[in-house]
Amino acid sequence: MGSTNDKEIVISVCTGTGGIAAGAFKVIDAFEEALEEHGLKAKFKSRTHKVGCRGFCAKDVLVDVAVGEDVVTYEFVTPEKAKAIVEKHLVGGEPVKKWLVKDDYHAFHTKQQRVVLHNCGRIDPESIDEYIATGGYKAARKAIFEMEPEEIIQEIKNSGLRGRGGGGFPTGIKWESCRRAAGTIKYVLCNADEGDPGAFMDRSIIEGNPHAVIEGMIIGAYAIGSHEGFVYIRAEYPLAVDRLRLALDQARERNFLGKNIFGSDFDFDIEIKLGAGAFVCGESTALMTSIEDKPGLPRPKYVHTTDKGLWGRPSNLNNVETWANVPLIIDRGADWYASIGSEQSKGTKIFSLVGKIKNTGLVEVPMGIPLKEIIFDIGGGIPKKKKFKAVQTGGPSGGCIPASLLDLPVDFENLSKAGSIMGSGGMIVMDEDTCMVDVAKYFVQFCVDEGCGQCTPCREGLYHMVKLLTDITEGRGTEEHIKLLEELSEVIIDTSLCGLGKTAPNPVLSTLRYFRDEYEAHIFDKKCPAGVCRELTTFVIDEKKCTGCTMCARNCPVGAITGEKKEPHLIDQSKCIKCRMCYEHCKFGAVLKM
Amino acid sequence: MLDVETIDSILAKFPQPKGNLIAILHEVQNHYRYLPEEELRYISKRTGVPITQIYSIVNFYNRFSLKPKGKHVICVCLGTACHVKGAEKVINEVKMKLNIDVGETTDDMKYTLEEVRCIGACSLAPAVVVDDTTYGKVTPKEMASILAKYK
Ligand SMILES: Cc1cc2nc3c(=O)[nH]c(=O)nc-3n(C[C@H](O)[C@H](O)[C@H](O)COP(=O)(O)O)c2cc1C
Ligand code: FES
Repeated sequence: MGSTNDKEIVISVCTGTGGIAAGAFKVIDAFEEALEEHGLKAKFKSRTHKVGCRGFCAKDVLVDVAVGEDVVTYEFVTPEKAKAIVEKHLVGGEPVKKWLVKDDYHAFHTKQQRVVLHNCGRIDPESIDEYIATGGYKAARKAIFEMEPEEIIQEIKNSGLRGRGGGGFPTGIKWESCRRAAGTIKYVLCNADEGDPGAFMDRSIIEGNPHAVIEGMIIGAYAIGSHEGFVYIRAEYPLAVDRLRLALDQARERNFLGKNIFGSDFDFDIEIKLGAGAFVCGESTALMTSIEDKPGLPRPKYVHTTDKGLWGRPSNLNNVETWANVPLIIDRGADWYASIGSEQSKGTKIFSLVGKIKNTGLVEVPMGIPLKEIIFDIGGGIPKKKKFKAVQTGGPSGGCIPASLLDLPVDFENLSKAGSIMGSGGMIVMDEDTCMVDVAKYFVQFCVDEGCGQCTPCREGLYHMVKLLTDITEGRGTEEHIKLLEELSEVIIDTSLCGLGKTAPNPVLSTLRYFRDEYEAHIFDKKCPAGVCRELTTFVIDEKKCTGCTMCARNCPVGAITGEKKEPHLIDQSKCIKCRMCYEHCKFGAVLKM
Repeated sequence: MLDVETIDSILAKFPQPKGNLIAILHEVQNHYRYLPEEELRYISKRTGVPITQIYSIVNFYNRFSLKPKGKHVICVCLGTACHVKGAEKVINEVKMKLNIDVGETTDDMKYTLEEVRCIGACSLAPAVVVDDTTYGKVTPKEMASILAKYK
């Protein structure tokens, strides 16, 4: 019986959204069956274990197989492989080397500092006991029994924690304003709306370690003097909603929520409020209006929400990741926390590294790490030997950072100096095949679709920006278009009602700042250098490079490509719909975009 | 036909319907997969919330739909990560195959096409959700074979 002897066997399977989409539940069933079949269930302590997302979703289904202290990780596990792993590894005693994770998996983790995500991928998010076993709820007890509310606020201030939802506002100061605000009924709110398209940090925290968010909110509520909390979460995240609901029930059962929590004289409970697909509801005043059961319209912020927020009462809103940082700070102290990160941005930040990058997934890094290390060391660089062009951060409110700034330390200050923002942590990597004018248009269109329609600059101004950008991408652009775009941007930023409009022109301004040449190529040469804008691109086949492998012809959806096997092929321009399929399928670089 | 029983059982879950209208509408939509007008009027009568107020909510939030949906709902993600990875081509494939636009349902009530801006599966971009199943790294070709699975 090889190495297994009488050691405990634990098979941990990733059941985050990525894992499930890749077939995690079928893999678990296969493991269970195989364990049973080989009699391992009866002979040893052996079990499968559902864990949250560990970040490297591109390799899913990821499985840790632990035999006693020895742990190995398998990638791309399927039900068939699961059976073979039980046979060869657990019965045979030899791990199946060819299916183990490779160097890229280790490189992905080396430069990360997983503090907030530490438990994600290790514990079963549906088990409160596993959270408690890792020290969970210790910080909340400490806060309630050993600390005064003011002391907690001071600790959070000392830690330097700043909001992770976008703005980077110092969390301790916000709490203090809310504590000092007049009124006896106050609310603590958690923003789990995660509207930034391309970001999924908050989702993974809630799916992988929901109790950390609950514990953070308990501490915050105690410090602020609130007895009622709400989590506003988007309905597009059904798994996260289910796990959060379960975690809240478990916490209530243990009396960690409800009346006299932990046996103290402090009452606090949390309710879930579902969003319904409106991006603007991530904005603080709109979010509160939505919890009040109305259309989520933002309002001007002459009066801070810490004074008059939800139902006109003092309300403290923080992002999911902000809340998840709180127990760590109370548990390990502000000094420990402040030792991580850069001068004015403390702690770690989680990014979702997606787009044209080899290792897509969630990464947690210390603030201030050079952008280059995130993209090339952790992310493994750009696939298919393409050139890095830009990385977009901050979603629709953010900007694009070009290759010349790859040395930039990633923190609040430096990103904003570079014309972007930290945002919630989406990092969308773009390569030479991405058109920056198209990206700018994409984001402005997004804000047009998602705007609430209350204020004119945002409603009309952004609409006209899209029109101007469309002119440019369709070959009708003139020099005047750029001037108008810049003028409109200025007015919209200055005069919009809420953060959506005030930041919506950023993607245009930042692409104009770093990629003006691309705009000019569209306008003056009537060419899209990336070959994205259909009206400005022609695909042709380079006869010298074409081997006649027929790959392009087979993948052309409209039959525009002809040619004999082993002979150069030809594209019929009158039929071509510029879908790029030939360009993407050619292995010899013979399809050129002109 | 007004389905009083279903609505009553949903309303029974909310002792205080005022303040929980969005939650109630979610449940109603989960049941019917859209919000039928007669049911909305009935909710208004039962809860005392004016029908205009209900409509103001339904019309504001993208997730709520007043139109019935097809047997299968195909939801293509057009979030940023999916956009730069070619989601446009995937959605065009669906439009072409089913001959409908976003928000429309085929005449035989089999398929509804929807778009969403990020479902948080960005590392699987481009992502498509059909009913409750998420598909990752979908190419236009695969999209065609996924469609064929749903009859
Ligand atoms: C249009 C708009 C959308 C926003 N969306 C989100 C969001 O999805 N999640 C989030 O945490 N913050 C979002 N914010 C920021 C919030 O308004 C708010 O600043 C934040 O939740 C405060 O928490 P923090 O201090 O912990 O960052 C958004 C802001 C704007 C203007
Ligand atoms: S952008 Fe499509 S899942 Fe996030």
